[in-house]
Amino acid sequence: MVTELSRTPLYQSHVAANGKMVDFGGWEMPIHYGSQVKEHEAVRSHAGLFDVSHMTVVDLTGSDTTAYLQFLLANDIAKLDTLGRALYTGMLNENGCVIDDLICYRMADGYRLVVNCSTREKDLQWMRKQAADFDVTIVERPELAMLAVQGPEARKITASIATADQATVINNIKPFNGAYADDWFIARTGYTGEDGLEIILSAETAIALWDSLLKAGVAPAGLGARDTLRLEAGMNLYGNDMDETVTPLESAMGWTVAWEPADRQFIGRDALTAQKAAGNVPRLVGLVLEGKGVMRSHQTVHFAGTDLIGEITSGTFSPSLGMSVAMARVPAGFGPECEVEMRGKRHAARIVKLPFVRNGKKVFE
Amino acid sequence: MSTIPHDLQYTAAHEWVRRDGDILTVGITDFAQAQLGDVVFVELPEVDSEVAVGDSIAVVESVKAASDIYAPATGTIIEVNEALIDSPELVNEDPYEDAWFFKIKLSEEEETESFMDADSYQDQCSE
Repeated sequence: MVTELSRTPLYQSHVAANGKMVDFGGWEMPIHYGSQVKEHEAVRSHAGLFDVSHMTVVDLTGSDTTAYLQFLLANDIAKLDTLGRALYTGMLNENGCVIDDLICYRMADGYRLVVNCSTREKDLQWMRKQAADFDVTIVERPELAMLAVQGPEARKITASIATADQATVINNIKPFNGAYADDWFIARTGYTGEDGLEIILSAETAIALWDSLLKAGVAPAGLGARDTLRLEAGMNLYGNDMDETVTPLESAMGWTVAWEPADRQFIGRDALTAQKAAGNVPRLVGLVLEGKGVMRSHQTVHFAGTDLIGEITSGTFSPSLGMSVAMARVPAGFGPECEVEMRGKRHAARIVKLPFVRNGKKVFE
Repeated sequence: MSTIPHDLQYTAAHEWVRRDGDILTVGITDFAQAQLGDVVFVELPEVDSEVAVGDSIAVVESVKAASDIYAPATGTIIEVNEALIDSPELVNEDPYEDAWFFKIKLSEEEETESFMDADSYQDQCSE
């Protein structure tokens, strides 16, 4: 049976830009427009443009919305003390494992969540189930498109083609905040480790913005570059680096779990508390390969003095560093020296502190 | 649409072969490099090593995936293209000339009978 793939409003724009279209979780999306590495470099040195309209936008309103999200999410939206502020968080099940990771924005009349496309159905089902005892209205916004403009020049170029009000927001907005201006919801967020914007807007205006940005010299960038950029930036990919079999504590997401206030009972809290008390929690770490070759997901990680093995969750060649980097889930208490088994042979690797790259520069020691 | 020169022969594993007497020069096709995407590492066989048809004797790694390169025929490796070690991107830029991988001195003539011509290879790529 052939399933019809979904297309974003930018589909024709991708085809016109020579995008190589692939099936990405049921969406027909561009993997690259010729060279994934050149697109990666464009984002690190100048500016790149991603269509991320496949992401799921959900708006929440109602008198209990704050209480509902404080129960639903592991991070505490009470931290969103001003309009437009954003919070990265996991949505956990009762076992403390990750149903999805998402960004939550505080809006004038409630909250906006941006969740993954591959998890859309189960997320919405879970959110509706948990909402039973709350006065909250959950509205998906499939009619909206989303563009990410990322790179050191991204804000400057976008401001140059925007309206005066939009430019004011773009020039003044603080990192991890969002604001409306002339029908664009403009957020200074991203998935690349560079400065930049994610703009949520109507389908028609998205096509016009896409065209203007390309004309202004921004490079179209596909999902391939998006993956190498986020991995260099040490950002998790749902389904690779974490899923419903692991907790945030095992996924380098411990910082997104708000333990205070101690009486906030969020879903998964008891399980996380028990895991922490038991100790020896495996951890998600960064790996760099000392020699040549490319680490790939599911390869095993070995340490001297133990039979316990780790597993690579995401691995790639890092275009910015010219070497292979990876994220791996490894047993507690070993390293930093280790070996990765690649194609039947063991190769020396080393655990480093994430991220690998931030704002165009190597970060780890 | 990928390029398939008519003066070369091809294998089912998307390798091209240039025949000069009993010397075979081997590389990967334009179709193969496009499927792989940006090539970042190439691992080559050792000069003077004896290889048998179908052996995995080299590796090409792109950002996306690792791929084996097979010996198209039995023989001895007489030369490898060291330029690919420092400039793996040649595989994307010039798959049929600068990005040859290795040269084999052929020992089993009949193994070359299974090579395809450009038209047959074209048919394989369009399947």
